[in-house]
Formats: sequence, structure tokens, C-alpha cells
Amino acid sequence: MNGPLSTATIVVALLLGIWYLIRCALDRAPSNADLWAMLGLSALVAVLVLVAVIGLIGGDRPGEWTTFVGYLITTIAFAPVGFYLARLEPTRWGTLILGVACLVLPVLVLRLQQIAEATGG
Amino acid sequence: MAEPTPAPTRPRDAAIGTGAGRVLLLVYGIFAVSASARAGVQIATKFSEAPLAFLLSAFAALVYIAATAGLAIGGVRGRLIALTSCSIELVGVLVVGTLSVFDQEAFPDATVWSGYGSGYGYVPLVLPVIGLWWLWRNRPRA
Repeated sequence: MNGPLSTATIVVALLLGIWYLIRCALDRAPSNADLWAMLGLSALVAVLVLVAVIGLIGGDRPGEWTTFVGYLITTIAFAPVGFYLARLEPTRWGTLILGVACLVLPVLVLRLQQIAEATGG
Repeated sequence: MAEPTPAPTRPRDAAIGTGAGRVLLLVYGIFAVSASARAGVQIATKFSEAPLAFLLSAFAALVYIAATAGLAIGGVRGRLIALTSCSIELVGVLVVGTLSVFDQEAFPDATVWSGYGSGYGYVPLVLPVIGLWWLWRNRPRA
């Protein structure tokens, strides 16, 4: 797992997550900017996963690489699912959906890092 | 930005999978995916190490899938499915949590419910309570 890129993803996701939680507490539905921000995060995550996949193809395989691939699929699909559900829910709860999605993403990235390091790879 | 504030009262016939229920749907979905993936890997790679714990993992995964489906389906049937699975889940997390504290031999490898869900930030313990509260709050009135 690419170090700086993972860190950037985690930091951006956490900051966005806090922002969404505040917006939810203020009873705001997701604005267009909120939704675009989520798409931006999705793109960042997609790049991260792409880099990891290139690493896998390049032969840099963690021991539990099937688990690793499972997490990669979950990770890349996660932010878009949050975005989709938030679009369906134009209330404060839509904002909370974005917030929850943003706070779970760092956990997924951390798990990916753990699995990648388990082999010293 | 002037955004429309949501209506203060939720319509009686609103689907259980909307509003805050949609947040529940997302969180249950996350647990359905992660619990099934975990159970799948455990059973496929090291089933003989702790069959009881891994079967419990698989059972927990099924309960989460049922709860997600119940919320998504909605209506009388969906409500019943969600209510049943939330109840099983609450009993499960309490029983397995207690067992895992007192009898660590039987649970060498953690399940979602071990230690009252401590491996998952205690969300498995809180989630069924919120789920049951949500279903009760949106119960159909005769």
C-alpha cells in the first residue's frame, strides 16, 4: 500500500466525515457541494485501489491476498454506495449516511495496510 | 444556503427503510458484508480450529443480511423480518459476548459478537438497540 496516498485518503475521509456530522447535527440535507465532495473522495479511493491492484499484478502479493482483494473490492465500492444512498435521502439523514461512510473508509484503508504489511511486502 | 427543512413529523406510512432508517440500512449492510466475508474466510481456511465460533460467525452474518433485507423490503413482512433479526442479534451479542468473556477456550478466534462486539467498536451491541427503537418508533398504529 502506497504510504502517502493512504494517509491522504484517511485524512480527507476523516475531515469530510466530521464536516458531514456537523452538517447533520445542524439538520442540513446534503448540498450539491457535499455530494460532489463525496464523489471526489470516491475518486481518491479509486486511485488508491488502482495503485494497490497494480502492485498486486507486479507480484507484490500479501500472504492473505484473497482477503486483500476482498477488502479492495469493498473499499472501492464503499464511497459510491454511500453517495447513492445519500442521493436517495435528501434529509439530514442523507448527510449522516455520508458521514458514516467517511468514518468507515479509514478503517477499511487501515485494514488494507495491516494485511499488506502482514507479509512485510 | 437555504435548504428545505425536513418535515418535523414523520408520516405514519413512511417506509422503515427511509429517513434515519436508511442510515440503519447502510450500517446493517456494512455488517452484512463484513460478517459474511469474515465467516467465509474463517470457514474456508481454518474451520477445524474453532468450528463453533466460525459457525456463529456465519449465523451472525445471516442475521445481518436478514436485517438489511427486512429494512430494504419494508412493509409488514419487512418489518417482521427486521424485528426478528434485531431481536436475535441483541440476544446473540449478549450471550456470545458473555460466553466469550467467561469461556475463552470456545472462542479462540473472535467472532463479530465476541466481547460484546469490542472488535467492531461495540457497534454490534448498540446497533440492535437502535434497530429495535427505530422499529418501535415507526410501529403501525391500529
